[in-house]
Amino acid sequence: MTQLKVNGEWHPFSETLGALIKDLALDQASVATALNGQFVPAVKRDDTVLHAGDEVEVLAPMQGG
Amino acid sequence: MAALTLYGQEVRSRLLLGTARYPSPACLQEAVEKAHVDIVTVSLRRETIGMQRGEGLSGQGFWRLIKQLGVHVLPNTAGCHSVREAVTTAQMAREILGTDWIKLEVIGDDQTLHPDIFGLVEAAEILVKEGFKVFPYTTTDLGVAERLLRAGCQLLMPWAAPIGSGQGISHRSALRTMRQSFADIPLIIDAGIGRPSHAVDVMEMGFDAVLLNTAVAQAGDPVRMAHAFAQAIEAGRTAYEADPMESFSSAISASPLMGRGKLG
Repeated sequence: MTQLKVNGEWHPFSETLGALIKDLALDQASVATALNGQFVPAVKRDDTVLHAGDEVEVLAPMQGG
Repeated sequence: MAALTLYGQEVRSRLLLGTARYPSPACLQEAVEKAHVDIVTVSLRRETIGMQRGEGLSGQGFWRLIKQLGVHVLPNTAGCHSVREAVTTAQMAREILGTDWIKLEVIGDDQTLHPDIFGLVEAAEILVKEGFKVFPYTTTDLGVAERLLRAGCQLLMPWAAPIGSGQGISHRSALRTMRQSFADIPLIIDAGIGRPSHAVDVMEMGFDAVLLNTAVAQAGDPVRMAHAFAQAIEAGRTAYEADPMESFSSAISASPLMGRGKLG
């Protein structure tokens, strides 16, 4: 089955980055995304087509010093 | 106490506080409020899909808490070991947190968390060109400081000792030289402060502010410790502005010697 690597773990495929965030039930405005190490702004997620094996990072604000 | 201006933003408190390692989110919130902190640091980490994270809040929940505090947010690039990682993290932080402030960390050594000064300068150059206001975590190396300023950084964040070590000032003369060399540049001590006495020390030396995390979060009572640090930092700054006396190697009587009675 075609899959994507999301935050280091394999997940079912989504056609676009925007669809992936929706499929993961995350709030689009509350996360930041990168595809294969490149930042992808929220406004470009729906136009960002994903391919099998793509590595997606979905980050959120966390505790930090 | 004079106000502090960082990239054109006037801030009241000279205590910048990290948000990690507190016993609970409520404790973090109370520490920030009781110490009247204006700036807190946050990091970006992987959002856990479909479950809660370790420190009691998901990313979205944590961000809601920080927004409720009504303070300035300084995102960091903690944990980044390369220029590319740091730049990408900064870009992501700017979008999600809505600020072009970035505390730039490029780590060169995992044991000491010593900055990779070459990567730091390179990343700073890139980020300044992209419109970021960079807060670089650096050493006391004067050459690196000069390069960072030339890159467009308007302030510097030298360490006092390794991150989280709580050792206090490791190289006093190096810090003093840095302060003297960059008299007009805001210098914020970032890392290594363990006790309020350390904070008073660097503030009396003329540093502009102190960034803390572990020293407060890992205290037995973080809320009271945050308050103690706030008082120490204010006292140290006020003392600096009051121009402390020089020290002498021998005793000098404060009472006048003239006019003493002949009593023995």
